[in-house]
Amino acid sequence: MSANLIGLLVEATLQTLYMVSVSALLGTVFGLPLGVFLATSQRGELLSAPLVNKALGLVVNAARSVPFIILVVAIIPFTRALVGTSIGTDAAIVPLTIAATPFIARLVENAIREVDAGLIEAARAMGATPLQIIRKVLLREALPGIALGLTLAVVSLIGYSAMVGAVGGEGLGDLGIRYGYQRFMPDVMLAVVVILIVLVQIVQSAGEWIAARVDRRAPRNRGH
Amino acid sequence: MTGATISFEGVGKSYAGGGKGQVTALSDVTLSVAPGEICGIIGRSGAGKSTLLRMVNGLERPSTGTVTVGGRDVGRARGAALRAIRRDVGMIFQHFNLLSSRTVHGNIALPLEIAGVPSAEIGPRVRDLIARVGLEAQADRYPAELSGGQKQRVGIARALATQPKVLLSDEATSALDPETTRTVLELLRDINRDLGLTILLITHEMAVVRDIATHMAVIDQGRIVEAGATYDIFVTPQHPTTRSFLSGVTGITLPGFIAGRLTEARPHGPAEEIVRITFAGAHATDPMLARMTAERGIAINILAGAIEEIGPRPFGNLLVAIDAARGPEARDYLNRHGLSTEVLGYVG
Ligand SMILES: Nc1ncnc2c1ncn2[C@@H]1O[C@H](COP(=O)(O)OP(=O)(O)OP(=O)(O)O)[C@@H](O)[C@H]1O
Ligand SMILES: [Mg+2]
Repeated sequence: MSANLIGLLVEATLQTLYMVSVSALLGTVFGLPLGVFLATSQRGELLSAPLVNKALGLVVNAARSVPFIILVVAIIPFTRALVGTSIGTDAAIVPLTIAATPFIARLVENAIREVDAGLIEAARAMGATPLQIIRKVLLREALPGIALGLTLAVVSLIGYSAMVGAVGGEGLGDLGIRYGYQRFMPDVMLAVVVILIVLVQIVQSAGEWIAARVDRRAPRNRGH
Repeated sequence: MTGATISFEGVGKSYAGGGKGQVTALSDVTLSVAPGEICGIIGRSGAGKSTLLRMVNGLERPSTGTVTVGGRDVGRARGAALRAIRRDVGMIFQHFNLLSSRTVHGNIALPLEIAGVPSAEIGPRVRDLIARVGLEAQADRYPAELSGGQKQRVGIARALATQPKVLLSDEATSALDPETTRTVLELLRDINRDLGLTILLITHEMAVVRDIATHMAVIDQGRIVEAGATYDIFVTPQHPTTRSFLSGVTGITLPGFIAGRLTEARPHGPAEEIVRITFAGAHATDPMLARMTAERGIAINILAGAIEEIGPRPFGNLLVAIDAARGPEARDYLNRHGLSTEVLGYVG
């Protein structure tokens, strides 16, 4: 493989990392509070707001039902209005973030719902405010689950980021399509796939390591 | 620090039931717990014990009536006022409800953080509490690394952190073995003695009430059926529910050959009535039974007996057999002389 091609692979990898990390970050910034709200706003819960909960739940489900590739195309006008163009890594971050947010929200919601209701009760009995309960009890106790959820989200984003390559994004997916497929260079295709596999492995291992580090429950209580 | 009065006045609670209308958890409960008292509430599963207890810190609101703690109306308090009351009321739980992500020290610090105590003060106060419950060696362990008894000690220290005037205990020893139960109850008694706080505890074990409660109430299907000083209720139980709880806790049982033949209905023909007699003090009955035999000519057969203690005061329990034809007369005689009787059944 020529030095030129290796340079292209490095550049594409960096572009993928950029798209994935920025969209994961933004997805967490939006998805985490959304997930916390979804987990605490059913009738009788801490932030009890059943109607808002229902409405947001519908929006989240709708967003998650749209196939990613259709989402990318459907929001092109929105993407253009936001970043001024619909191609390139910055443009790709918009659909990636929109896909990541409801996904992360559901993962966070699930992790928080796993927290023993007795802990909420104990905190209420101490005179904690709903926000204190969320900060000091729910988020901390759900941290192992949230860490694993975010790992899953990042892994999915790596896959999605390869997909946006097909519709005007950049990064590894784009390189694989243009060189590996259109110019029929199987070695490039192979290199792209290997890099993606390695990225996913690193993210998965790091995520599991972090989750285990913050998990202080007895081993039998761990969900894996 | 001293305890506060807890008072329930005409308290009722119903839940919107699933499908079948309303579930009435409590009806017309009136009960007062004086400062520094240890009051045990006993009842069967579903009797309404937890519902009653949870009203004291506003985790449940009464549907009718009033609950006050230290004169403050808990049921009508909201927001900051309710949270202030909750800081004056500590609570411990059957399953401890400790944060798995915090050490012993961190768990005990939580209520102080919540109350906004400056972090420089939290450390020393938590260390005092850890010493009080005897967990110095475990301060940096996580709950997963503790035994049940140690976890409950953490729960107790955490409940005491904000220096409450009232301590609530919801089946705090039900998940513990008898020996650990004993040490946890001892700790609660020490705390009550040293700090003078009012303790309201619920349990379905009469032994817990006997070992720690100065006062008690029996709750059945959402109603208080009997309440008073523990000793008095043990010695002269009035309600059948109380009696059935008591029969589980007294140290005596019927000899097997009688227990096996015991029937609830009086059989035809000659039969013997099996009666439990409860009396205050250690020796009060002997002359009474002898006198009854002499005055009335009723013979009494003693099957088993034991003397037990509630705090420093002994009381006795006898199981006897009386000729069924003379049973009512004998019980009436004994009742008039201050002994409590309960018919357990008949043997033909
Ligand atoms: N949130 C609720 N919604 C509907 N019904 C409830 C609710 N909480 C309690 N109940 C009902 O109220 C009654 C009393 O319940 P409670 O939990 O106070 O009983 P308990 O005496 O504490 O029982 P246990 O010993 O099993 O803990 C039960 O019939 C229960 O089903
Ligand atoms: Mg209960």
